[in-house]
Amino acid sequence: MSAGLIQLGLRFLIGGTVVSFFAVLGEIFRPKSFAGLFGAAPSIALATIGLTIAHDGNAYAAIEARSMIFGSIGFFCYASATSWLLMRFRPRTLTATIAMLPVWLGVSLGLVFLFSS
Amino acid sequence: MMIHARFSAMKGIRPHEWAVRFLFGGLCCVAAGIIAEHFGPRVGGLFLAFPAIFPAGASLVASHEKKHKARAGFDGTMRGRAVAAVDAAGAAIGCIGLAGFAAVCWLCLTSLRSWLVFVLASVAWLLLSAGFWLLRKSRLLHKRHARIALPIRRS
Repeated sequence: MSAGLIQLGLRFLIGGTVVSFFAVLGEIFRPKSFAGLFGAAPSIALATIGLTIAHDGNAYAAIEARSMIFGSIGFFCYASATSWLLMRFRPRTLTATIAMLPVWLGVSLGLVFLFSS
Repeated sequence: MMIHARFSAMKGIRPHEWAVRFLFGGLCCVAAGIIAEHFGPRVGGLFLAFPAIFPAGASLVASHEKKHKARAGFDGTMRGRAVAAVDAAGAAIGCIGLAGFAAVCWLCLTSLRSWLVFVLASVAWLLLSAGFWLLRKSRLLHKRHARIALPIRRS
């Protein structure tokens, strides 16, 4: 098995475990608005930055972390818009959360290109 | 409102719900790695803050609330969606902490030991998220009496 496949497998296992852990924290804490904080926990980052450092080095991981700030701003806009949509019009939750994903992509990519140029 | 942990809520999580979360989480981490390899760390880094589990998590929150109300003989569809909206508002506050986590990693990864950066970044995430949540709650307390109860329809 190639080193690349082993790394992808590791990413999958570690990622699945860390994300599940934060999802459980989100289930057990009350009130729900506090539990919602775990929906934006740095689960993917915690799972993958260590592997990125081991594979590509600290400088590469630092560049990824800088872009992660833009991704967080995109996530903030996405979560705020989703919350407003659900509260105002009460559509199906899965439909609303998936339909609003372009907000995250648009804001995040826009910020990356704005600050890269 | 007091923050508390209700461990009995874990019993309500079905095996397929565990599986969905594990699968989504694992796939998002793999996708983040592949995207970084193809498009470079600037675009790849965005996916470290991808709302990976959020759509599945929010719909499970709504579904649990609906079932909870159904056991009491009510139609909890609208209530479930309102709770999902509250969950999303909480996630929006959590994003401030997420940006703090990223900023600490960005500023410290090239100068400090990796494990120390992870500890500092996690502390930054926790303090910022909890701090802004408390700040928002304290401001909302003044409006509590003016809030209108959500309508619950009997099935």
